[in-house]
Amino acid sequence: MISVSDQFPPTNKPSESVTGVTVRLAGDSGDGMQLLGTQLTNTSALSGNDVATFPDFPAEIRAPIGTRAGVSGFQVRFSSEDIFTPGDGLDALICMNPAALVTNLQDLKKTGILIVNTDNFDKKGFKLAKLDTNPLEDGTVEGYRTIEVPMSTLTRGAVEKTGLSSKLADRCKNFFAMGLVFWLYGRDVEPTLRFIEAKFSKKPEIAEANRLALKSGWAYGETTEAFASTYQVAAAKLPPGKYRNVMGNQALAWGLIAAAKLSDKELFLGSYPITPASDILHELSKHKNFGVRTFQAEDEIAAVCSTIGAAFGGSMAITTSSGPGIALKGEGMGLGMILELPMLIIDVQRGGPSTGLPTKTEQSDLLMAMHGRNGESPLPIIAARSPADCFQTAIEAWQVATRYMTPVMILSDGYIANGAEPWKIPDVSDLPEIKIEHPGPNENGEPFHPYTRNENLARPWAIPGTKGLMHRVGGLEKKDGSGEVSYDPDNHQHMVETRAKKVQMAADFIGPAEVFGKDSGTLVISWGGTYGACHTAVEQCISQGVDVGHVHLRWINPFPKNLGEVIAKYDRVLVPELNNGQLRLLLKNEFVIDAIGLNKIKGKPFHVSELMEKIHEVSAAATV
Amino acid sequence: MNLPVLKAKDFESDQDVRWCPGCGDYSILAQMKKVLPEIGATQEGTVFISGIGCSSRFPYYMNTYGMHSIHGRAPAFATGLKSTRPDLSVWVITGDGDALSIGGNHFMHMLRRNIDLNVVLFNNSIYGLTKGQYSPTSKVGSVTKSTPRGSIDYPLNPISIAIAAEATFVARSIDTNIKHLVATLKRAAEHKGTSFVEVYQNCNVFNDGTWDYAKNKDTKADCTVELEHGKPLIFSGGTKGIRLNGFQPEVVKLDGNVAQDDLLFHDEKAASPQLAFLLSRMRHPEFPEPIGVFRDVQRDTYDDMINAQVADAKAEKKDGDLASLFAGGETWTVE
Repeated sequence: MISVSDQFPPTNKPSESVTGVTVRLAGDSGDGMQLLGTQLTNTSALSGNDVATFPDFPAEIRAPIGTRAGVSGFQVRFSSEDIFTPGDGLDALICMNPAALVTNLQDLKKTGILIVNTDNFDKKGFKLAKLDTNPLEDGTVEGYRTIEVPMSTLTRGAVEKTGLSSKLADRCKNFFAMGLVFWLYGRDVEPTLRFIEAKFSKKPEIAEANRLALKSGWAYGETTEAFASTYQVAAAKLPPGKYRNVMGNQALAWGLIAAAKLSDKELFLGSYPITPASDILHELSKHKNFGVRTFQAEDEIAAVCSTIGAAFGGSMAITTSSGPGIALKGEGMGLGMILELPMLIIDVQRGGPSTGLPTKTEQSDLLMAMHGRNGESPLPIIAARSPADCFQTAIEAWQVATRYMTPVMILSDGYIANGAEPWKIPDVSDLPEIKIEHPGPNENGEPFHPYTRNENLARPWAIPGTKGLMHRVGGLEKKDGSGEVSYDPDNHQHMVETRAKKVQMAADFIGPAEVFGKDSGTLVISWGGTYGACHTAVEQCISQGVDVGHVHLRWINPFPKNLGEVIAKYDRVLVPELNNGQLRLLLKNEFVIDAIGLNKIKGKPFHVSELMEKIHEVSAAATV
Repeated sequence: MNLPVLKAKDFESDQDVRWCPGCGDYSILAQMKKVLPEIGATQEGTVFISGIGCSSRFPYYMNTYGMHSIHGRAPAFATGLKSTRPDLSVWVITGDGDALSIGGNHFMHMLRRNIDLNVVLFNNSIYGLTKGQYSPTSKVGSVTKSTPRGSIDYPLNPISIAIAAEATFVARSIDTNIKHLVATLKRAAEHKGTSFVEVYQNCNVFNDGTWDYAKNKDTKADCTVELEHGKPLIFSGGTKGIRLNGFQPEVVKLDGNVAQDDLLFHDEKAASPQLAFLLSRMRHPEFPEPIGVFRDVQRDTYDDMINAQVADAKAEKKDGDLASLFAGGETWTVE
């Protein structure tokens, strides 16, 4: 038997050690770039690097081949240091066609490597990309280390002996590209070989072709004179423990399963498919052995309403969606709030308004989460800050929902949902137990009062089937205590204030805001998926001598109790957001401060560099 | 024989009933309270879920668990509840506007899923709670608050819709026909799967008399035909019957020239919904309107199947264990 190291021999070329590398793989949406990216991520994580990813794909499943609209990208950063973002500038860009080149080249560092599949650089390719000239010849790529590889031709040659049709053979070219990239960065091919084995177990000829393409790409790197050296990225010094890679939606689903288990509940998900939230539905539906029931409803409204029905019955009930779906759920969420039943409403945000940019990221649903329901209907809101953080977020949200008997909104976003990072697998015994009490049977014949309250202002979660606790709930205003329908003016004011107070009381549970960095000068306040970029920017600005601190809000409703005190220590507040200033509006309103915004609404995450630039700008302006 | 321990009175809540005096809803409420003890229902094991509208106040008046939800969505709440709590007996109370207008989508999907719910649609052909606009079952030309020149919407036929949506139990009854209503609600409760009952209900304030032809002593015998499984369709005191002429029903006089065997025989168990659909198209005044059970067939229920999948997964993979879930797939250790 031929060993892996025989087939994929270590390089004889010089190898340069670097702390980290950012690679983007760009091609047609049918070229398998997401697969390539996932493999590169996994093998890098397994070799001990810290990794961060940013998949970026079009909304169309198969946009016209070769066009700019059809370009699908996957950015991976792997590093020997602790990293929080998938990187700003690219060290390497792999382009499968001219459209991918012209839409991605602007992100390649001037010192970066550009690898192109020249087989698609023909008249047809230029026309599809709306180019008059060949970008490899007209000066577009001047200054970059450009490596031209006829990948399709080489792949066809490599897999010829399997007898695959040229159409099928062409589909192996992402594995050729993978072989080349793996060689260039000394990546371990074994996890990918295992993947091929498992994925194509029923199609051995395809498995063999992909292996051959992978090998051929690896060998090409070693043979071609175009590459003088390879790069090595050592393992990162992460805290000790057992790790795995997780994507945001997966971590969220697992957090939900864990929360159900920790609270001894069975989980019900009512959901309607929507990008970028559907993967939570897919993931949960795989885990029925945890007592998970998933209901693919006829629409978003049925999804939230079935969730309320399941919550009434005593389940841990969840609904998942994105902006357009959350808009439809508004009335149902209001009912969930006035019923004072615990449930989780998850919004994996995407570019809006309306259908907007379904596959792009944005943070523009915050005000909808805060205010998007009729009447006075506040809900606690928690936002995950990274893919792995989604796990803890789900557990915390369920703790608050059950402690205060209220629906809780979880905000994620497309960037977190599809991004991946290493996750230190928690010891299950370290996870918090979530105690839930349902009142027991009542034999005294007295009517049950479902709206009596405990010290947290929470009402009892009495569930159908319990003798003597029969009661009716509904969307009409109810008398505090008895729960009877009530139009009494004073009672209504009291109930509105009670429900609001209950949400504010959650501040006792969520703890104070933690400050990173300096405690004077500029305070950066961020929330959600921009954590990594903001943290890194603040850290780097501090090392450059800027007086700047950072608070990342996990809970946006309520705010941490000490937030006002923290803000008061600084001369100015900068609020970077991927929206038009939604958190800034809430902060201005709550603390009457003149916060400065950095608002990017391009469907893309922040670059660390643009945040640093802004921090420098506002800090310098103040000292002039 | 087990005598029912509970009485109708035990299902009465302490809330004052606030429907208009003379409303048909009172009778439906009374019959429901009568039926529940007879079918062995318990107070704690029964849940009424309603949407919005006059009929949807129903749960407040029952000493059971209940939810007065949002407009048109009761089927969705009930689906979430029944899927997770198959031990409960869940009733959906709705109206013509609630079920067929704003809630049309949920109504259809609840029926096709055949989730084990009992659905009672109070059809008064008017929006009562909003004070008298035409509804999706109002006849063309109905003059209402919102249609001073007469409505120009063609109405929906609730029974036809239910049959088209693959409902496994479809019936019609009348608010004041107490015996028939009790029998029909009982049959609905006994059926496993979604049971759909349309009840002709009079709104004496905004649409008084709309079902008079089917209710009045002098006209009802001629204007309705009671469906009985395996029996011929005979009405008007035994003087008239329904016969099939090709695919069309026709009214025939039973004057000796027509043999009973030539009449249309009802088969509520027919696998194909065609007969039930044909019967649903018989409308006043051309035909007597059928009351009773149009269709009663068996099919696996959504709640059984969703819970079977969970039970099977638990049997196959054992009860979920978090540590093995997290450690599944590729992992690595940092020393």
